[in-house]
Amino acid sequence: MAESRLSTQHVLDNGRMAQNILYFARLLRAAGLPIGPGKVLDAITAVKLVGVGVQRDMYCALSSQFVNRFDQRELFDQAFHIFWRNPRIMERMMGTMLPTIRIEREEEHDQMSRRLSEAMGSSSNNARDDSDSEQVEFDARFSFSAKEVLQDIDFETMSREEIAEAKRVIAKLRLPIMDLPTRRFQRDEQGYRVDMRSTLRASLRSSDAIPMKFKKPQRKHPPLVILCDISGSMSCYSRMLLHFMHAITNDRDRVHAFVFATRLTNITRHLRHRDVDVALEVVSNEVIDWSGGTRIGACLKEFNNIWSRRVLGQGAMTLIISDGLERDSAESLSWQMERLSKSTRRLIWLNPLLRYEDFEPKVAGIRAMLPYVDDFRSSHNLRSLMELSEVLSQHKPKKTAA
Amino acid sequence: MTTALPSTIEETLTLLSQGNYIADRRLATTLFLALKMGRPLFLEGEAGVGKTEIAKVLAQSLGRRLVRLQCYEGLDVSSAVYEWNYSRQMIEIRLAEAAGDIDRESLSTDIFSREFLIERPLLQALRSDESGAPVLLIDELDRSDEPFEAYLLEILSDFQITVPEIGTIKAVETPIVIITSNRTREIHDALKRRCFYHWVDYPSAERELEIVATKLPGIDKQLTEQVVAFVQHLREEDLFKLPGVAETLDWADALTQLDKVTLDGEAIDNTLGTLLKYQDDIAKIRGSEAAKLLEQVKFEISSRQNTNG
Repeated sequence: MAESRLSTQHVLDNGRMAQNILYFARLLRAAGLPIGPGKVLDAITAVKLVGVGVQRDMYCALSSQFVNRFDQRELFDQAFHIFWRNPRIMERMMGTMLPTIRIEREEEHDQMSRRLSEAMGSSSNNARDDSDSEQVEFDARFSFSAKEVLQDIDFETMSREEIAEAKRVIAKLRLPIMDLPTRRFQRDEQGYRVDMRSTLRASLRSSDAIPMKFKKPQRKHPPLVILCDISGSMSCYSRMLLHFMHAITNDRDRVHAFVFATRLTNITRHLRHRDVDVALEVVSNEVIDWSGGTRIGACLKEFNNIWSRRVLGQGAMTLIISDGLERDSAESLSWQMERLSKSTRRLIWLNPLLRYEDFEPKVAGIRAMLPYVDDFRSSHNLRSLMELSEVLSQHKPKKTAA
Repeated sequence: MTTALPSTIEETLTLLSQGNYIADRRLATTLFLALKMGRPLFLEGEAGVGKTEIAKVLAQSLGRRLVRLQCYEGLDVSSAVYEWNYSRQMIEIRLAEAAGDIDRESLSTDIFSREFLIERPLLQALRSDESGAPVLLIDELDRSDEPFEAYLLEILSDFQITVPEIGTIKAVETPIVIITSNRTREIHDALKRRCFYHWVDYPSAERELEIVATKLPGIDKQLTEQVVAFVQHLREEDLFKLPGVAETLDWADALTQLDKVTLDGEAIDNTLGTLLKYQDDIAKIRGSEAAKLLEQVKFEISSRQNTNG
């Protein structure tokens, strides 16, 4: 049925087809894919070339133009399915693009990813009231429970606003990241070492004097390890912070991401190469101590013993995101923090509680951690995350533990 | 003297024990298969469990040349594979000019020929001599960076190296390749796929006794037994860095140097630095914890002797 609709509705004349592709592209762009007008023109040409008789061919033609990263495929597939198979949704789409009529949503809507449905201009039925409102300020909750809660949290309710906001932050964050000289060299006329190989090759081309060629060390940013607290007292922030981790993991190589509450989980693999919606769903299935109690010391110990030697090589930086409200003894925590701070180039602690102006480290856990931290930053809102980029780009010497 | 490659697992075990290496059967099997099928052997494990030693012993008992490449961050083609001999090239150019030969084209083919090439370990490993293909040890690959790892892919699958100025140099006979890693980072799957993988674990008490007896022939038997039992217990403790076989040997040797024939609390405390290399770990074990372990060890040994005798 879908096939026949396709042939009667979209296909008859080229003008209509082009228009439909244009709408489709706008839908994708609204859902977050980077698609410019040039891409749209290419897509129209591509569809003309393969013809519109077979839907599969058209799918391939369009995806070849609109998808350029693996993690965009998920979203594209959904959008394609909805847009080209169900013309009524498409009509409604056009309605929202050129705002005139709005048709009631139907059940197909429920399975759409939230980003897609938002891109189509209507709110989904399970949306939370506050999802589109200001999410920049969060509340700190001073409660932490000892119970390990085995929960399955639905991330579908993340709104596009949040994703867009987080992405913007990350875009700012990743650019000025601190880089270090490596022992590899690259050709550079301003370099301070003689590149013998290039010099000799050049000498064979020129007829008299040997022209000197130079090289300088290549620079590369060090690996980054993120340890994020997802215990109950952090639950207001964890959603945003997971987006943050997803974006960093996908933008840079050599990033390792862990989450912890009562136990430590390595989520690097789940965060990589995926659409953010899918990635976070996998993470929520994987992590079983979501919003559980906090055992920072025990989790850091697990990290030190099992992971630190595997991921902290080559001058890695470590980012701990936690409120420091430790349930267990502070002594073991301080012990583990010392070990961690000695194995990493720089230890940065992001604490959402720091937003209170008269914040004083009274809690034993915080006092135990603080001496070993090179930078202590707030992370309660987007601004503080943005400021993080400045910290990461500084070449500050490592603080020696007091 | 060249020895033929082993044709059974037993022969592999014998071959290694001739070189004073006491291997377990799993390692011998993997090594046998790697030798038989001409594939690199990838050894991963904690520091000090005898990964590098395997390559050395293998080269020695097979009578092959050992080519060793120690990896470090920033290891590049010019120190791992080949380098042009620049000073010779310069002299060559000047000589040619002095002789009035100014044909740049022929000069360029002259000075970028094999004669001016300095071979580094990987290129050396492609060359066989009268004793056959060498043993190539790529040590601590986890210390190198990803670009170098990627470079290794061509070498490990085809055993050939491309020098742009000369062309592709191919191994006449496949070298025996042993790669070790301490796992300070994960090695990419693409490289592991080309190798046979073996995780080198801490030895069992039985095998460790045998290792100490083989490596330190003069040592007191009672001391050996106590030392090995103590170390085995120590590996069950919650420590940051567990002692490897190398540490056991060091410790046993140190105690022998101090003329000890039996373990006592003071001797342990004084020599703990040969066994544990982190201050936290030493502080944790020294004193009462060590005394407790020692008591346990002595009790076990005496009860074992009672049942035997």
